[in-house]
Amino acid sequence: MRVRVEQTALPGIGVRHDLVTTSGRRLGVVTHRNGRRDLVLYDPDDPDSCTADIPLTDDEAEALADILGASLMLGQLSGLRQQAAGLLTEQVSIPAGSRYVGRRLGDTQTRTRTGASIVAVLREREVIASPDPTFRFEAGDVVVVVGTRQGLDGVTAILAETDPDG
Amino acid sequence: MHHTTVLLIEVGALLLVLGLLSRLSRRIGLSPIPLYLLAGLAFGHGGVLPLSASEEFFEVGAEIGVILLLVMLGLEYSASELVGNLRAAAPAGLADGLLNALPGAAFGLLLGWGWVGAIVLAGVTWVSSSGVIAKVLADLGRLGNRETPVILSILVIEDLAMALYLPLVTAILSGQGLLGGSIALTVAVVTVVAVLVVAIRYGHVISRMFSAQDPEALLLGVLGLTLLVAGLAAGLQVSAAVGAFLVGIALSGPVAHNATELLSPLRDLFAAVFFVFFGLNTDPRAIPPVLLPAIALAVVTMATKVLTGYLAAKRVGIALPGRWRTGLALAPRGEFSIVIAGLAVGTSLVNPQLAPLATAYVLVTVVTGPMLARLPDFAWFKRWLRRQAARGLPPAAATE
Repeated sequence: MRVRVEQTALPGIGVRHDLVTTSGRRLGVVTHRNGRRDLVLYDPDDPDSCTADIPLTDDEAEALADILGASLMLGQLSGLRQQAAGLLTEQVSIPAGSRYVGRRLGDTQTRTRTGASIVAVLREREVIASPDPTFRFEAGDVVVVVGTRQGLDGVTAILAETDPDG
Repeated sequence: MHHTTVLLIEVGALLLVLGLLSRLSRRIGLSPIPLYLLAGLAFGHGGVLPLSASEEFFEVGAEIGVILLLVMLGLEYSASELVGNLRAAAPAGLADGLLNALPGAAFGLLLGWGWVGAIVLAGVTWVSSSGVIAKVLADLGRLGNRETPVILSILVIEDLAMALYLPLVTAILSGQGLLGGSIALTVAVVTVVAVLVVAIRYGHVISRMFSAQDPEALLLGVLGLTLLVAGLAAGLQVSAAVGAFLVGIALSGPVAHNATELLSPLRDLFAAVFFVFFGLNTDPRAIPPVLLPAIALAVVTMATKVLTGYLAAKRVGIALPGRWRTGLALAPRGEFSIVIAGLAVGTSLVNPQLAPLATAYVLVTVVTGPMLARLPDFAWFKRWLRRQAARGLPPAAATE
């Protein structure tokens, strides 16, 4: 996790921070004395020179930091999942014969009955984050559930219930 | 016509021309310095259209221009940056001085201009143009490059060295000989060290004299202090330019930052006046006889500058392309060379051909330098470098 960030003074201009990624690319930020900052990417063939020198406004730098920070948080959350004892995440697919195919998420009443939460649905490589109770399932959907072992088993059982009419 | 009326018409017309020239230079991606010099040549003694009424205005304006150039240079650096840089970059700075001042001095002796002329020419060929080079680096998007700190620290050392060199030259040119020169040098060394120490320890106290928030008071205060110190320094034979440079270094923090913004337009105005004045004072008819020596000197000293940069970059472990970029970026000479030549103009101790030679020399380096700096970005140059690198390496490593 420790990354070596090199700091270099640029007399008369400001300061440069740069680092080498695991994949071998060097990138950095040049911070000017007057507050301007540039994102710089280095040439893989000539690691001393930068191929791109991208000036970022305050807002752009903040937005970029947010995006990078958010992806970092997601990564940390998935790490947390393994640390929090007893709390698990599982992906449960909805079988074609399930009675909930074409019905709403609210109808399953999974949270009331098992204590586990459906936090996302994966459909054809798309992620539908935090679906609301009116969300309609389709056959082949994969449901991401967070809960205790018992809760997760309960949800699996509910979603596997076959349609009494079918 | 009334004298003042003629003055207004002359100054106004010339500034208007400079404005258009500056716009033209931006359009073609060149420094405006050569164009200002050419404008000065055209309107000076023996030029196409000699101006006479505004001579006094340009003389005073040029003096202020040098002072503003130097105070802005000082504002760009903080004292701790200068000192911190000194230790790391001293060998590179020393090599820079030897490789570039000596050819100038040798050239002066070769032309039979005596040792005073040699010392002046040494300064002219020694110092690269911080202004032109900083702009070229920004234009080419190289501020993030790993060789850029090497270039900048050489510029810093040169600027510091000027704080010692200028008083020496000022004293020698005022006819005080070597003894007077060494006294001036001692005074300068003591002053520079004292200012650096005060600026590092008490920079915030000096800066507190000014309010960073009140633009009018700050502009007048900083400008006043700069001119005052520059004048006092000149009185002590330490050179007005050095006094201004030291004021710039002593100011720090938000005061320095805001003062930079306020003084920039003034500097642009008076620096242009300074270059024009230098051109005004040079008779264009004196240039053709010294043109060939100037070109020869430019070729030799640009080559030694490239070597300087190449070696300095090699020392800190920069690869081959970066070494070439460092060397070629350092080639342009500019404001300092003109400042030094300007000190020598009009004194009887130096051959009158020095001014036209310096003008032609700066014209050549400041035009070709930024073009040379672009060379390493061309594909054929990169291919050539790759071949060079391949030749230097064992075959197994080169095939990669």
